[in-house]
Amino acid sequence: MSLDLTTAQLAGRLQQTPPQLQQRAARRKPLRHLARWVSPVVIIAVWQLLSSAGVIDERMIASPSQIFATAVDLVRDGTLGAQTLVSVQRVAIGFAIGATVGLVLAVVAGLSRIGELAIDPPMQMLRTLPHLGLIPLFIIWMGIGETPKLALIAMGVTFPLYLNTLAGIWGIDRKTIEAARSMNLTWSQRIRHVVVPGALPQALVGLRQSLGIAWLTLIVAETISAHSGLGYMINHARDFMQTDVIVVGLAVYSILGLATDAVVRHLERRALAWRS
Amino acid sequence: MAFLKSSPATERQEPVTAPDLVARVRSHSRSFGSTQVLRSIDLDVRPGEFVALLGRSGCGKSTLLRSLARLDKVPVGEVQVNGRTSVAFQEPRLLPWRRVHENVALALLNTPERGQRLELAEQTLGEVGLTDKLGAWPLELSGGQAQRVSLARALVSNPSLLLLDEPFSALDALTRIEMHQLVIELWRRHSMAVLLVTHDVDEALALADRLVVLDEGRLAHSWDIALPRSDRAPSQPEIASTRAEILTALGVKPTPPNPKRNPLANQGAA
Repeated sequence: MSLDLTTAQLAGRLQQTPPQLQQRAARRKPLRHLARWVSPVVIIAVWQLLSSAGVIDERMIASPSQIFATAVDLVRDGTLGAQTLVSVQRVAIGFAIGATVGLVLAVVAGLSRIGELAIDPPMQMLRTLPHLGLIPLFIIWMGIGETPKLALIAMGVTFPLYLNTLAGIWGIDRKTIEAARSMNLTWSQRIRHVVVPGALPQALVGLRQSLGIAWLTLIVAETISAHSGLGYMINHARDFMQTDVIVVGLAVYSILGLATDAVVRHLERRALAWRS
Repeated sequence: MAFLKSSPATERQEPVTAPDLVARVRSHSRSFGSTQVLRSIDLDVRPGEFVALLGRSGCGKSTLLRSLARLDKVPVGEVQVNGRTSVAFQEPRLLPWRRVHENVALALLNTPERGQRLELAEQTLGEVGLTDKLGAWPLELSGGQAQRVSLARALVSNPSLLLLDEPFSALDALTRIEMHQLVIELWRRHSMAVLLVTHDVDEALALADRLVVLDEGRLAHSWDIALPRSDRAPSQPEIASTRAEILTALGVKPTPPNPKRNPLANQGAA
């Protein structure tokens, strides 16, 4: 069940409008940009009206004003901050491990024939494995503490980063490398001036994908017997039918996802200025 | 990417048997699989000499250039080069993620001039008329500008042999004429030897001191052009006859006269 949900969410995340297009449209037509806010505001207003009128049951979903009030309360008593910090930490550690593994494997496979033969076939087989399906095995191996959660996030991060970085390295024009060779650049100079910057655009695509997957994996991982974190807060609220708390938790998840995405987009804009 | 592993032949001291030559090729043969690409090539390039290497597509002329540039491994005795070489390719092959002056400066990274590489790069870019493009990204340049950066990158290390692999063939006709003038200007100022690989007979006739035709892997013919470059109009009898000889050597037949062109003469003949 949770698997279906996450793939649907993933698809939604990948179909976002390119940021450059959004920005360009915003600069050219500020009025039109404002106009895009009209329908979401109307939907929320209708939702509020229906809730106030008693058409929507509070046990199904709380009213927008109720959700907002709960969010303010949760921020004030420090619950939300503390639980968010725990979740962010999990993603940060899991991501750091997965990203390191993915990048190192991609570089070794991309730069040496033997490395490619040793690393790529097993990676290509493993990547078809839905990593969330590994939860039962991970629980048997690592119990239900922090370790399986971090391992699951690391697992989800490794593959998109590995695949995209490797594709980036393989996609570098051989002629450019030859030009570097004709200038007598040494091996390490060619890595620094040709391979790394040449593979960077594709690697950044992988970074964005893997960050998205890191957050999704966190949500699923936190439903396995967590005692802290946003997922714990949401599950706890479910036991008491607190739909307002659940929505606040979900909103924080999406804000965190958007925030990391914005960071990568900023990185892309700075690192890929040469493509303008 | 196995090609990343082989380390370049940096400043390797090769036995100098003929110091009066920039490049000395002796019985140089190369083959890929069962295809013989170069058959026992002999070629000398003297310092400051402008040599054009002509040939049809696939005749091996680029292979010979790659041997001279040490881009491929060749037996030391067959190909000897004294001093620095540098290459400008058919495509500019700039690093799109490095700014124009950094692209040029990279060619000095492993030379004693390393310390002043940015100043030298800017100076050379000035020579090719790109002072206003120093900080531009390569993708912002036109084809001709990018090719001039590529030329500056080849020149900045002050090579004794400049290898040009059809560097003008992708440019439009007017830009090509400008580039011809620029190359001659730079060659006169730096007095390096130039080996220009081309399939354009007129280009070779306009630029080179010596023309060599490569046919099926053999160096077939050689012509010396003594006329000053300003006097090399295509109508010049010497140029016209050399052109005809070269075309014959390349296996191109002259265009037959058009029988419809002069119907009166046709009737008279009938």
